Formats: sequence, C-alpha cells, structure tokens
Amino acid sequence: MLLRFVVRRDMARMLAWVGGFVLLAALSAASVKGLYPTQADLDEAAAAARDNVAAIAFNGPAVGLDTVGGQVAFNLGAFGLVMMGLMSLLMVGRLTRGEEETGRLEMLRALPVGARAPTAAAVLAVGLMNVVAGGAVTACLVVLALPVAGSVTFGASFVLFGLLLSAIAMAVAETTENTRVVYGSTGAVLAAAFVLRAIGDTGDGTVSWLSPIGWAQKARPYAGDRWWPFGLLVAATVAVAALAGRLGARRDYGAGLVAPRPGRANATRHLRGTLGLAVRLQRGSLVGWGLGTVVMAVAYGAIAPSIDQFVRTNQALADMFAAGGGSLTDAYLATSAQVLALIGTGYALQSVLRLRSEEASLHAEALLATPTSRLRWALSHLALAFGGVLVLLALTGVTLGASYSLAGGPPGATYRALATLVLYAPAVWVMAGLGVALVGLARRATIGAWLALSVCLVIGFVGPLLRLPQWALDLSPFTHVPRLPGEGPRLLPVLLLIATASALTAAGLAGLRHRDVG
Amino acid sequence: MLSVPLRAGPVAPPVGVPPTTGPGTAVSVQGLVKAFGATRALDGLDLVVRTGEVHGFLGPNGAGKTTTIRVLLGLLRPDAGRVVLLGGDPWHDAVALHRRLAYVPGDVNLWPKLSGGEIIDLFGRLRGDLSPRRRDELLERFELDPTRKARTYSRGNRQKVGLVAALASSAELLLLDEPTSGLDPLMEAVFQDCIREVKAEGRTVLLSSHILAEVEALCDRVSIIRAGRTEQTGTLSELRHLTRTSVTAETSLPPTALAGVPGVHDLQVDGLTAHFEVDAGQLDRVLRHLSDLGARSLVSHPPTLEELFLRHYGDELARERTAAGADGRSGSGH
Repeated sequence: MLLRFVVRRDMARMLAWVGGFVLLAALSAASVKGLYPTQADLDEAAAAARDNVAAIAFNGPAVGLDTVGGQVAFNLGAFGLVMMGLMSLLMVGRLTRGEEETGRLEMLRALPVGARAPTAAAVLAVGLMNVVAGGAVTACLVVLALPVAGSVTFGASFVLFGLLLSAIAMAVAETTENTRVVYGSTGAVLAAAFVLRAIGDTGDGTVSWLSPIGWAQKARPYAGDRWWPFGLLVAATVAVAALAGRLGARRDYGAGLVAPRPGRANATRHLRGTLGLAVRLQRGSLVGWGLGTVVMAVAYGAIAPSIDQFVRTNQALADMFAAGGGSLTDAYLATSAQVLALIGTGYALQSVLRLRSEEASLHAEALLATPTSRLRWALSHLALAFGGVLVLLALTGVTLGASYSLAGGPPGATYRALATLVLYAPAVWVMAGLGVALVGLARRATIGAWLALSVCLVIGFVGPLLRLPQWALDLSPFTHVPRLPGEGPRLLPVLLLIATASALTAAGLAGLRHRDVG
Repeated sequence: MLSVPLRAGPVAPPVGVPPTTGPGTAVSVQGLVKAFGATRALDGLDLVVRTGEVHGFLGPNGAGKTTTIRVLLGLLRPDAGRVVLLGGDPWHDAVALHRRLAYVPGDVNLWPKLSGGEIIDLFGRLRGDLSPRRRDELLERFELDPTRKARTYSRGNRQKVGLVAALASSAELLLLDEPTSGLDPLMEAVFQDCIREVKAEGRTVLLSSHILAEVEALCDRVSIIRAGRTEQTGTLSELRHLTRTSVTAETSLPPTALAGVPGVHDLQVDGLTAHFEVDAGQLDRVLRHLSDLGARSLVSHPPTLEELFLRHYGDELARERTAAGADGRSGSGH
C-alpha cells in the first residue's frame, strides 16, 4: 500500500528517468548505426578505439567494438551506469532522508505502519524503477535489432548496478541526518568507482575488479555475455543492504548515527550583505560545476592530438567535425569548447534560477523585509551567475588548452582555448538573461529556461546532422558564437549577443521590481 | 533595569515623505483589497495601529493576516485601498521604511547551511543596527544555541532565530506574524516579557495571532478580521462592551421565565440554576427579572477572548460541524 503511495506521488519523476534511459539507448544505437554503416567502418573504428587511451578511460574496456552492440555498450555503458547510479542515489535520498528531514515521514510513522515499512517501500520503489529502466533499455535495443542475449546482459548490468547504489545510498541515509550528505557521499562512491575502472581499463584491467562499474562491464555484453561477474554485484548489494538494515534498526527517528557538526556562533566578516550571502549560497554550486567542466576539459584536451587519426578513418565523424572548416583538430576543439560552454550554461541557469528558489522558499521574504531593495538582492545573485560563469569558462578554457599542449599540442593552444571559451560568455549570458526574464515576468514558467537549454543542445549537436534550416539553427545563441580555432573572430555577433542578454536581463529585473514577491 | 527615558518621540519620517496620517499612527490601512486570481484574500480591510501600542491582529487561518503583513512589507502590491506605514508608502518607500521596522514571519524559513548565529548577524548587518550585547542577552533568554546549522533546528528553534534577529534590532515598529507558533510555554513567557519591554521603550508592535491568551496578555487594542475584512476593532474592554456577559444564577422561583426576556441567549435551566448569556445593553433589564425571581446567588464574568472569537466564527464553526456530520448545537442565538 505504501509502495503504491510512493509510486503514485513520484510517478512523473520516475517516468522521466526511465524515459531518459530509453531515449539514451535509442539515440546511442541509432547514432552508432548511422556513423558506421558497414562492417568495414566498424572494423576501422574498433582499431582506432583500441589505441585511444582517453576513450577507453571514459567508456570502458575496448571489447567487441567491431559489432554494433559492442559499440553501443562501449559508448553508452559507463555513462549509462553512472546515470543509473545517480538515479538510484537521488531517489533513495529523496524518499528516505528527504522525507524524514521535512517531517512528512513523521506523520506516516504515527499511523499504524511498521517502523521499517516506509524505508522498505522507498527501497522497493527504487528497486522497481531500476528493473523497469534496465528492462526498457533491453527492450529498446532488441527493438532496434541488436542481439537479444547481449541486450539482456546489458540491461541486467544496469539493473544490478542500480540496485547496489540504492543499497549504498540507503546505508548512508541511515548514518547521517542530512539528505545532501547522502547525495554527496554516495556520489563520491560512484565517482571513485568510475575512476578505479578508468585506471584499470587503461592498464591491464586488474584494478577494474575493485570497482562495481568494472564488475558490470566485465559481463561483456555483446562480446561473450558472461554472467558470473554479476555474482559480485549481487553479493555486494545483499551485504550492504543487510548493513543498512542493521544500522536502521539501531537509530531513532530523525537522528543519524553520526552527529552533525556545529557551525559558527557568529558570522564572519565576509557574510556582510546580500552579495556575501549570495557567495555563501552559491559557491558550492560554482565549485561543483567548475570541477566538472575542468575534468572534462582535461580529457578533451588530452584526446585532441590523436583526434586526426581517429576521425580520418570515418567519413561521418569527419563530416560532423568539418562543419566549421579548418583543420580537423581545430574543429574538434571548437566542438569540445561548445560542449563545455553548454555545460557551463547549466551553472548559469541554476544560479539565476536561485532567485526563484529563494523566493519560493520564503528566504527572499525575510531578506526583503530588511532595508534591502529587490534590485540589490537580485543583482547579488546575478553577479554570481554572470560573473561566475565567466570565471568558469576562462578556467575551463585554460585547462582545455593546457591539457592539449601537454598532450602534444602547440604551445599557443592555451591562449587560443581561453579565447574560444570566453567568447562563449555572451551566448551563455543570453541564456542566463532568459532565466532572469522568466523569473521577473513569468515566475511559474522558469522551467522554460532549461527547456531552452535542451533545445540549444539539440541544435548544437544534432542540428547539422539533421540538416535543420538555418533559421532553426539561428534560434540558439550558441550558433552565433564565432568558432574560434578555424573561424576568425567577428565582433558584430558578439555585440548583438551582449545586447540581447542585457535587454532580457533588464526586462526581467523590471518585472521583478513591479510584481508581487512570495 | 534602567528607567526608560521619557518617550524620545518616534523617529521623524524620512525627508520628502509627508506624513499622510497623524504622528500618532504607525499603520493605517483603509479599504485594502488584494486578489490572487479569483480569490479575494483581502476584501476591504481596515486597520489602524497607534504609535507605541501593542496591537493584536486576530483571525483564523486564511483570514488574510499574512497577506496584510506582506502588503505592509511592500512585498505585495495592493489592488485597491490606502496603506500608510510609518508615514510612508510601503510599496514605493520599502527600503527607507524597512530601516525602521523588523519582521518575524509565521514560519521562519532559514538557509539550511547557515548557522543560527550567522543568520542573526546577517540580518543585523543588513539592518545596520545589531547590538551584539542585546543579541547575546536574547540568545541566553531564549536558550538558543547559535552554532547549530539551520537545517538541524526544530520549528520552535527556527522561530527563536527570527525573534532574536528582530528583537535585537532597535526598530520602532515590529511586525510579528504568529511569532510564537512552535514555542513552548516557557519560551512563550520569555517572548511576552520581551514584548512588554519593547512596549515600555515606546516602540510599536503589530502582533498577528490566533493564540487568544497571548493577545489578551499583551495587547492594548485588537482588530479581529475574517475572510479579508475587519470585523471589529478596539480595546479589549470596548470589544467586551459589544458582547455578552456570561451569567450563572440561582433563584427561588424556577428561572424558566427568563426564556422570553430579550437579550438572553443560550439559556440552560437545571432545577433552580440558570446559565445564560446577556447582551451588554440588556444586562440591566435582565437583572431586574432576576431579582423578581428571587436571586439567591449570582456569578457573572466578562466574556473571554475565546468567547468573542467563538461568537465571531460561530457560524463558521457551525458550518464546519454540519459539514463534519456531527450534531453540535448551534453556537449563538442569531
């Protein structure tokens, strides 16, 4: 009964996740088929990937790459497993500690419901989600005419890995009082698993046996389909779940096994005004997004010198990169820069929409009851959004270029990459300005900013392949950014982007000043 | 305690803002209307808070108390009506006015990762009038641990953070929206002491509440609102004047004859003992009837605020009872 309640309440969220996995699998399979239409293409790709250390570090062991299934498992496997883990830990954290923290669980516990029943219902719900998501991936791949046995192995590896992460998240949720700690520590386990298998896969594969992602991939879907490594996943899941059960039986409602650390009794001199507060509230997010883009920039830069030989063998890939003209490496770097800039936009949007979440959580109400004007409050957060993303882009650009130089690129690469990324700032600001406009003029529709970003993602990556008309491509501000290595810098589009961003931001701020708050 | 200096008159309104009401009025609201979509949260509300008084703002949940306070804070723009706060317009002069007021929301929402002490300091710095000595004294009186992160505070403790931040200021007007929800009786007493001190300093308090004992203990005047309108306003004694007195009388003759007397309500007869309520204006006549019946003992008491409240919301309560399917007796004679 509780299970039905949980499932009904979070149905939309669950369907979104499962739908996301299906979409991911379908896109991955379709793009592999599109990129490598013949067996000869597959053979060449397999040969190129075998020597591509960076690709192996990101994707997993290079096995069975001369088949479509092997390519799908290679391209989708590690990423899909990480997403599966993220889904499990977010849902478990939300349904267990999140419920307890908000006090909703208290009401449930007061009903004639077993003490462990809500946790059991939550875990069952997430387990069910894992099975449905894994099953849907398998079904989708089978429908797209991939071998049934491999698809089942692939789906099963998703399910079992998701279940293990659910168990880990549950155990952490029992030891701490705070949902964010559940996300953080389980996320750290996930990251460690990824890094361990990256080290293992780029070496002789031994270290991968220390990582649950490694176990899932050792099942070799579409390339042997051996099921015995799943035993490790099952055994670990059972052990961790049993531990979580014992921990849960020993603690009180609302408490954790680890007491929270106390904070400061007095504010430091940095927490002085609204800007100090905005820095304090947003610095974690900036550091997190920044670390993400910097790590990606290291990887993209490191692959750059070998991109020529990797792409030369494949006409479709070459076409994709050649859209901008210039050398293949330049085109590749330009594409990488765009990916990084789009990710940086994620930070900018989150940061701008903080205005709305601060308002919805009534934090803004208390703040605006002090002698703080709305404009001042808004500008403090916008400084973090517009300025923060500029810092993030610059840092990412320097990292991309430096990594490329170290891997064998030309010495001037760092400056060029820096300029490339910084040139994206006006386009990112347009997106952020759209966020401000929505907050000021249509606060119920702020989700529209994220929709716009996903439209830009589609236009940026699939647009040229889909042969979208130019006016459709022009909808994305990122289309108007000069793709620096390759294209020369042009001033006019940059100025127009800045003007658009300013107009949107000004409109949003004007709306914010004239509407009700709260 | 140091004696309070003769009220060092309220701070003059900022230059350029002409006082639109007398200097003795801190808050003046006339015919305030605020609609959210189809619902009219405020429907012609009137409210006058005099400088230096503790004004009780009473009403059931959803009556419009919070909406009114948000209009006073300049967070919501009124659809109609005239609102003057400390001589200024709460919407246009928000920043200048906020220097002179402090606000405690009904449910204090805090940034989860900041500690209580940090939040109190932040608000003090934003207001620019934090007294560290007063802050520490209040922390001690409210027994609040300032080092805990806000996410670990209980509801009562979050409320204390809001109270300490507001009371540590030197604001001349305090807007308190059900500030004691979640406080235990001991802390409630501390809160009442603090409000009396604030009043002794000549500061003004608008205290929204549905805790009647609190309003009865603290407030000079009361406004009762319902469904976005002001039902009654006045001192407690004025309000009682408008209402009934509860009487229990023992008579020599059976008191059933009282049933026909105008002004008598809710008569219950138990042998020679009668319980009933009398409209204030009819008390004299009813007493004569009682003496005719040979009154042997008489107990009368002024209505408590609970009774005032029940009378105001009696019809609502009756409707609720009907809706709940219970067969309660109807609250009042009308």
